[in-house]
Amino acid sequence: MNDPLNKYILHLADNALILAQRNGEWCGHGPILEQDIAITNISLDLLGQARNFYQYAASLQGNDATEDSLAYLRIENEYRNGLLVEQPNIDWAQTILRQYFFSTYQYLLYEKLQAADDAQLAAIAAKALKEVSYHLRWSREWVIRLGDGTAESHRRMIQAVDALWRYTGELFIPADYENQVGVDVSLIKDAWTEQVNVVMAEAGISLPEKTYMQTGGKQGIHTEHLGYILAELQYVQRAYPNSSW
Amino acid sequence: MVSNPTITESQIWDILASVCDPEIPVLSIVDMGIVRKVYLEENNPVIIITPTYTGCPAMDMITMQIRMALLEHGFTQITIRSELAPAWTTDWMTEEGKRKLQEYGIAPPNPSTTPLSEQIIQCPQCRSNNTKLLSEFGSTACKALYQCQDCKEPFDYFKCH
Ligand SMILES: [Zn+2]
Repeated sequence: MNDPLNKYILHLADNALILAQRNGEWCGHGPILEQDIAITNISLDLLGQARNFYQYAASLQGNDATEDSLAYLRIENEYRNGLLVEQPNIDWAQTILRQYFFSTYQYLLYEKLQAADDAQLAAIAAKALKEVSYHLRWSREWVIRLGDGTAESHRRMIQAVDALWRYTGELFIPADYENQVGVDVSLIKDAWTEQVNVVMAEAGISLPEKTYMQTGGKQGIHTEHLGYILAELQYVQRAYPNSSW
Repeated sequence: MVSNPTITESQIWDILASVCDPEIPVLSIVDMGIVRKVYLEENNPVIIITPTYTGCPAMDMITMQIRMALLEHGFTQITIRSELAPAWTTDWMTEEGKRKLQEYGIAPPNPSTTPLSEQIIQCPQCRSNNTKLLSEFGSTACKALYQCQDCKEPFDYFKCH
């Protein structure tokens, strides 16, 4: 349960699951129908990634672990997702920017992970990479459209940067388990920064030069938001243990 | 001890060709390229399938339908495994499958080697090449939404992947 590989797989799974859950909140509430469909499609892709990782982690753990027990029966401080993905939707600008920051990171990460020694991690990454390239292209276009759009959309994109930038730092600081398995995330930081700078410049949005970066999510120390997400996500399984469709 | 009927691999492929994709019922799972391998282990069928998209909700249903189809043909010991590598690509869709898609009103996927800028998406209704992308995300994960500029019909395009 506590070996680095297991922690690492759960970290990857939790990132995907929590962002899927956040994006899923838009279902039926998107600004227009086609974007409602887009954001929930992305949610579904991420949920699929999470399932693949949880299934793999469960198979390594043995005992009674299943993808469901890992998703529904762990508590907040056992989740190892980054703080970025648990941040609230607020508005379309913040949702889009969160997706863009994360998809840029995830694309660079999976590109390396598909060459991992661990064959199953490599297979999940290679499969997901194709889908992440859609997420990245879609969210990048939206960041530019909103940043370089109306005065209102521009203002909201600035607000989104203010709200989210401080959670991007931890993506590139390896947690203890990342020092032992998987991709060295410190090596993708420069590529991420370069790509994000180009897109934000095109969007006409400047990034903070120096900011305090909040960390802790990857170690299980979360912002106040994760508890609420899990309360909703896990409610049925907690109230009616072992219930199934 | 119930034993499976004597059968060849090619007969199993025929049975699988009768299993439809739950979201695009004109295509079989063989047309889709979802079935990667079929073999017999002591006369028991082993089926290897691969998901189209990571989050494709149809995979559980497809697994169940394969099991049902084989049960109907008298098999009791059935193994169905899902493998992720190599990752599914629309290039595995059969020509027959692409033709059926187009007749059904969904533009079939281009070869994945075609550069994005050179991709022509043909209207499945009037065959015009004068079409435009409405949304990269369509009614299911595997489709994008296009509109024909000539006949004005909106249509799904099965994204090359
Ligand atoms: Zn037409």
